[in-house]
Amino acid sequence: METHGFAFLAPWLVFAPLAGLLLNILLGGWFMKQPWGERAIGAIAATASGAAFIVSVLLAYTVFAGHGEVARWTLGQWIYIGDLKLDWTFRLDSLSTTMMLVVSGVGTLIHIYAIGYMHEDVRFKNDIPRYQRFFVFLNLFIAAMMILVSGDSYMMLFVGWEGVGLCSFLLIGFWYDMDTLGRSSWANSNAAKKAFITNRIGDFGFLIAGFLMFWQLGSVHSFQFDQVFAAAPAIAESNPVIIVLITLFMLIGVAGKSAQIPLYVWLPDAMAGPTPVSALIHAATMVTAGVYLITRSAPLYTLVPEAQYIVAMTGAVTALFAATIAVGQYDIKKVLAYSTISQLGFMVAAVGMGAYVAGMFHLITHAFFKALLFLSAGSVILGLERGHHHLAHHGHGHGGHHEEVFDPGDMRNMGGLRKTMPVTFWLYMIGTLALAGIFPFAGFWSKDEILLDAAKLYPQVYALLAIAAFFTAFYMGRQIWMVFFGEARHEAAAHAVESPAVMTVPLMVLAALSMLGGALNLPAVHTLGHWLEHTVKVVEHEAHVAPWLELSWGGFNPYVALISTVAALAAIFISWWIYGRNPLKAGQPDPLKKPLGLAFTGMENKWFVDEGYWFVIVDRYVDISRFLADKIDWEFWHDFVHDKVIAGTYNWLSHIALNEVADQKGIDAFANFLGKATQWLSGTTRKFQNGFVRSYALSVFLGVVIILGYLLLK
Amino acid sequence: MEFLSQPLTLLTFFPLLGVLALAFIPSERKNLLRWTALVTTLVTFGLSLWVLSMFNASDPTLQLGKAYDWITVAGWNIQYHLGVDGLSILLVLLTGFLTPISILSTWTAVEERVKDFMMFFLLLEVGMMGVFLAQDLFLFYIFWEFTLVPMYFLIGIWGGPRRIYAAVKFFLYTMAGSILMLLAILFVAIQAGTFSVPGLIAKLPELYASGAIDPQTQIWLFLAFTAAFAIKVPMWPLHSWLPDAHVEAPTAGSVILAGVLLKMGTYGFLRFNIPLFPQAAVQMAPWIALFATIGIIYGAAVSYAQSDVKKLVAYSSVSHLGFVMLGMFALNEQGIVGAILQMINHGLSTGALFLLIGMIYEQTHTRTISVYGGLWKITPIFGTIMLIASLSSMGLPGLNGFVGEFTILLGAFGSQAIGSPWYAGISAAGVIMAAVYILYMFQKMFLGPTGSIVEEVKHHGHALRDLNWREILTVLPLLIFIFWIGLYPKPFFDLMAPTVKALVSALPLP
Repeated sequence: METHGFAFLAPWLVFAPLAGLLLNILLGGWFMKQPWGERAIGAIAATASGAAFIVSVLLAYTVFAGHGEVARWTLGQWIYIGDLKLDWTFRLDSLSTTMMLVVSGVGTLIHIYAIGYMHEDVRFKNDIPRYQRFFVFLNLFIAAMMILVSGDSYMMLFVGWEGVGLCSFLLIGFWYDMDTLGRSSWANSNAAKKAFITNRIGDFGFLIAGFLMFWQLGSVHSFQFDQVFAAAPAIAESNPVIIVLITLFMLIGVAGKSAQIPLYVWLPDAMAGPTPVSALIHAATMVTAGVYLITRSAPLYTLVPEAQYIVAMTGAVTALFAATIAVGQYDIKKVLAYSTISQLGFMVAAVGMGAYVAGMFHLITHAFFKALLFLSAGSVILGLERGHHHLAHHGHGHGGHHEEVFDPGDMRNMGGLRKTMPVTFWLYMIGTLALAGIFPFAGFWSKDEILLDAAKLYPQVYALLAIAAFFTAFYMGRQIWMVFFGEARHEAAAHAVESPAVMTVPLMVLAALSMLGGALNLPAVHTLGHWLEHTVKVVEHEAHVAPWLELSWGGFNPYVALISTVAALAAIFISWWIYGRNPLKAGQPDPLKKPLGLAFTGMENKWFVDEGYWFVIVDRYVDISRFLADKIDWEFWHDFVHDKVIAGTYNWLSHIALNEVADQKGIDAFANFLGKATQWLSGTTRKFQNGFVRSYALSVFLGVVIILGYLLLK
Repeated sequence: MEFLSQPLTLLTFFPLLGVLALAFIPSERKNLLRWTALVTTLVTFGLSLWVLSMFNASDPTLQLGKAYDWITVAGWNIQYHLGVDGLSILLVLLTGFLTPISILSTWTAVEERVKDFMMFFLLLEVGMMGVFLAQDLFLFYIFWEFTLVPMYFLIGIWGGPRRIYAAVKFFLYTMAGSILMLLAILFVAIQAGTFSVPGLIAKLPELYASGAIDPQTQIWLFLAFTAAFAIKVPMWPLHSWLPDAHVEAPTAGSVILAGVLLKMGTYGFLRFNIPLFPQAAVQMAPWIALFATIGIIYGAAVSYAQSDVKKLVAYSSVSHLGFVMLGMFALNEQGIVGAILQMINHGLSTGALFLLIGMIYEQTHTRTISVYGGLWKITPIFGTIMLIASLSSMGLPGLNGFVGEFTILLGAFGSQAIGSPWYAGISAAGVIMAAVYILYMFQKMFLGPTGSIVEEVKHHGHALRDLNWREILTVLPLLIFIFWIGLYPKPFFDLMAPTVKALVSALPLP
């Protein structure tokens, strides 16, 4: 067998998108002046991403042909100091190539979709030249994400980790001079900044985990995955606290990137970015990096069940918590954002429990159906924008309404869209059924695997996740009824226009994947499981399970599946009862508001977590830094101590004592020269504080003479 | 007169030729003056590259220099001795690199007394090169004090409204610290009978062993040197002169001040404090680490509350230099190599920030952050370059700042000398705080709605323009190194690694 197959192509995972973005930086300005310029830019970017996908396929084939053996390709040295040896080495195994395929596959589809989406978005926002910048950033994201998933050490992973954070910042703040409704505002840039800073808190955890790993795992002093994993078991024997600390600090990083409690707050705000960004970065790929990190670190987590339990509970609580908030949202993308946090919770819970295959399986299917949902939501939003635009141009609607700001993402402005946007409607339905976990859509299989593992390993986690799954089906049902059924609650919805093929065709591919994605890891066959087994060794827990859980049809438990299916169907039925039977009227409050009372107010307001953080952390930080800057550093230290006490005392001393006692001719000639020279040179009329310099220099000089004399004579 | 033909002598004193040339050019011929200064500094940079080409990176000792007896009276043996090794080669290159860039930045910014300005600038370069190359304490001290004079005039004449105050404060503050160092220099030289740095490194261990200098005295000597260097760095809480100096200095002055002059302080620790007083250095490491950590956190917090963008960057220097000090006194290879690299990185990123701020200031004449906003849309190239410099400053992986900060924190975390991971752990939170103040600055100036200054500038008849070619050319070299060091720092590490290794191995670590 050939030694490395296509491994030599690995750097092109990064170079291809970099080449795309460089081309678009250099030629984009010229392209934008041509009639076909936008297409050229989009085509270059999509081709670059497509090239990364082809490379990913070849690399996955290489691993496959090598029977799952790890292949590596080193591009060069990075940081070499003493024990510290970091290379730019690409790691190719079944886990990393799986991630590459997801990232570049979904990424390419989204690039294509974005060609159409951004064409309209820049026109609605009235800034056509910014089209170029979008694709530069999108390519940069693919490059950074590829570094993240292909690095062979924690630190190379970290380069991608922060790199995608930067891209997230740039793309959330893409419309940095406005808010989501296109009004001049700080809102979008605030959202971008919030995302970056929150992620940096996570990165802090990652770094500390890295430092512990480097210094505390015996004398290995390495960040390279295999070396770390090889050293860990011995330490877990002698000093397990170290491994617990490493894994839990790493969890902070995961909570930041994968939007888990307590650091999830940036993700809903991240919806300020254009919808393709929400789909690609804030649903399908970047936010799953934390799940990837834990899966990659499986050999560490498996050593410390205490940490595993904390990870699993973090995920499970997040899953349920975010799902409740999703119920109370009115913005079509906000619902999906909280849904994403919730689904990430499922994945984190899964990998926390050690169910790595289930977690990765859900990561993949979620990438399909959540990308589908977001992009379809984008199609809905643009459909409404088109309707709104149409009205504005044709003088329809009511004269007074022109001043009112129209929110095309607010579900209360929608209704009845299945008639005006039939293609989008069916695509959205497929995504919804997949997310709700209805048989035989992709989400059914992957969620079921997680629930089954949870039921066997941690009953509490199972309970939380099962309730979260119920909520999932409910809020998705609510959304479907509000958006596509009933009557249009706004003129724009009545005149909504379906999206063009460049947008819907990529969606159809994603829809097909959302329907069939379950085939990746069907019971009894476990394709994905066997593939990942090459990299992630699954440790079978010998947990004592209830008899009803022991039944296994090739790893499939009909009871667990039945419970989830019944729950999902029940949730959809209830959502129909509330939102479908009597469709919402324009201006009518949410029918849940009355029966749920305060609880619904909590959901609507995201349980006031943002307000709490603002009050407890952000405002306090501002206060402290102002206090340090204004009171301590300036008023006290600068003005009082330096200017008043030190300088004042010298001035006083010099005037009272030194001027009269000391001989000024020789001693301060130099000081005089300085002062005179400045005066002469500056030629300003400003009064120069001669005495100031002179007395300082004089006293300093006298001090030296005294001390020197003492030293020489002692 | 053989010493005149030494490469390092040529490198150090070449700018004097420029000063001489400038003296003969009439002051009205501003462009000729500028070109003369630029060419002089470019040749000096070329000379520094020539020195680099002769530098043997695998040799940890002093190179390319020779000691000449200079002053020998009353048993004092003062030498003229220039030399370069892994600790200084990069700083020499940085000085050679940043000076022409600074000159280029003054092209339209300095219109008054161009001749004097350029003369002072060239004199300053002589002083800086001398500081990094001098291997005799007396010679070093002369260069060290000499740099004060041109900088004093650069701030005092071409500075902002409070320039006299700032210049005097800069001068006296530094002087005050230097005096203590001078005493320590004299004491050490008298005890050891030599001012030569390599001579002292050879001789002092005997004196320590024999008890001629007891451990307590060694600590006092260490602290006396520390007084001079800590003020220059500046270490918290001795930073009070820095915001004044930066805010009032002209752009080129700020660039050199942040880029090179502050590094004279950190370099001093590395060249003198650690090798001359090794026991004291090891003993004092936790204390230095403590002050460095406070500086990192304090500088970052105070930086965030500034309304003047230059002051924000000035306080960020307190934070960044805290990292350098922390890494240096980790007293292990990662820490010290990271610290040296971070000196360079800070020169590049903060240098770039000051240059860019100067470029916009030239158009708007204000540094108040709140009047800006939405600039990225109006000046896209400027915005993009500012973003890169900002990201470099906040240590984004892939750019230079990360390589330095990461290796420093890693070194400090496992440092035997510091003895506790807490300092590095807390300092790592400085990375979050850096994101807070840098992103605040970037957001308020470049994102969001268009600021009031745009209208105001338009009112005066000229719309805000993007960077021109000269300005792009001024910052482009910095950007190249920001990426180069971030992605492939190996050549830079290779230059210093052997010397650092030798330095560390000579330390009496616990």
